[in-house]
Amino acid sequence: MADQLINQVVWPLIYILCIVLPLVIAVAMFVYWERKVIGWMHVRLGPNKIGPGGVLQAFADVVKLLIKEVILPTKANRFLYFLAPLIGLVPALAAWAVIPFSGKMVLSNANAGILYLLAMTSMGVYGIIIAGWASNSRYALLGAMRSAAQVISYELAMGLCLVCVMVLAGSLNLSEIVNAQAGGKGLFEWFWLPLLPVFVIYFVSGVAETNRLPFDMAEGESEIVAGFHVEYSGSAFALFFLAEYANMILVSFLSAIFFLGGWLSPLQGWISADAPGWISWLGAGSFAWLFIKAFVMSFFFLWFRATFPRYRYDQIMRLGWKVFIPIAIAWVFVAGLLKYYGLVSTGVGA
Amino acid sequence: MNVITRYLKSLMLAELVAGMGVTIRYMFKPKYTMRYPMEHIPKSNRFRGLHALRRYENGEERCIACKLCEAVCPALAITIDSAPRESDGQRRTTRYEIDLFKCIYCGFCEESCPVDSIVETSIHEYHFENRGENVVDKQKLLAIGDRFEQQIAADRAQDAPYR
Repeated sequence: MADQLINQVVWPLIYILCIVLPLVIAVAMFVYWERKVIGWMHVRLGPNKIGPGGVLQAFADVVKLLIKEVILPTKANRFLYFLAPLIGLVPALAAWAVIPFSGKMVLSNANAGILYLLAMTSMGVYGIIIAGWASNSRYALLGAMRSAAQVISYELAMGLCLVCVMVLAGSLNLSEIVNAQAGGKGLFEWFWLPLLPVFVIYFVSGVAETNRLPFDMAEGESEIVAGFHVEYSGSAFALFFLAEYANMILVSFLSAIFFLGGWLSPLQGWISADAPGWISWLGAGSFAWLFIKAFVMSFFFLWFRATFPRYRYDQIMRLGWKVFIPIAIAWVFVAGLLKYYGLVSTGVGA
Repeated sequence: MNVITRYLKSLMLAELVAGMGVTIRYMFKPKYTMRYPMEHIPKSNRFRGLHALRRYENGEERCIACKLCEAVCPALAITIDSAPRESDGQRRTTRYEIDLFKCIYCGFCEESCPVDSIVETSIHEYHFENRGENVVDKQKLLAIGDRFEQQIAADRAQDAPYR
């Protein structure tokens, strides 16, 4: 009985902490990194006062947000108003359960991992919609409606992109998808090459789904102040913030897993395992490779934000429905043909 | 044909990639930011900042209460009262006040002064903490002059050939 309790409750809780705590710290550092990178791209320095080079800036912001008062607007729905940030945050954290950090490091090696991920990432929008409705504010409601329409449109394109990945990998399990990208030709074994347009669409849809620039219609500072979280302050706002950045990091990890070979080394097959010391380490798959790939992908989020102006609402819809979805559907067939005629090597297991 | 190339271009995201090229280039450029309290932008020796009253080298104050600065001041920021000094009967100011809220830092007072007494130093970082501190009296002006005399003299010497 005690063994069962430890195995089924205590260890999973410890594993969850091992994922969530680094994630929260990563979010804080990512916020700092974002401000730094955007500063550099604006030919500024970015935050540089708190801690060496400003690294502690995000923690100072967190403290500030936690100290601030949480204001409930008049006639807002109290229950939903305070529930919304949690609904936004919980799926953003829960989705991490199925992420394989390396061959063995995965909290839940679910067979239908992709379905779980799709479910979780689309749950996040409920938090936004409920926040917009419960705030009893016009701007918040507008932002929430925009966000809902946008997420639904881009979810389709995203799902179709994942269909291509599933076709090539022949599995819904994330670890098996990564393993399907193993092989002897280094980074050319990964799915980004046969699925290049889909890779781009997936990542851009991911940007749209996390409501980041240039798709931040849900916030749209210049039009609707701050969109769905216009009435939120203090720690409730901090939760939304945390959820948004956790989602960004999640999308970065997912694109690394689906298209960039997850924890596999870009030099796989080119460096033999019995090469001396660190050289063989370069050829082996490890968490470091996944981290590097996710870091590069997350840099694109910041790069986009510093470069592009916000899309107009009808342009977003046009891009989603008339460009991304047709291309993604077309590439499902291409992926099917590639797989059928064996033109793409799908790993050791396949 | 034109239509096709346009479609292809937009599909290849050519313009977006070009834009991203610009931002990544700027990311590695030297930054313009001045770390202000630690770094300062170079200032002209003709900069017109906080006022000061100067003294001669023997410690005698220069101002002879001719009131030219008061007369020329376009913002009516200067107020002067004068009387014969008790010790030797020389004409001196008993009151010399500048209201820094009225002052427009035009430098006319300095231009008009026949004895180079009232000057505008290059100090531009100063503040008031209480009401009324915007009116700077004679003691304070002389104190500023005493404290920054070296710099004031150097600035004036540098500008002398052009006057």
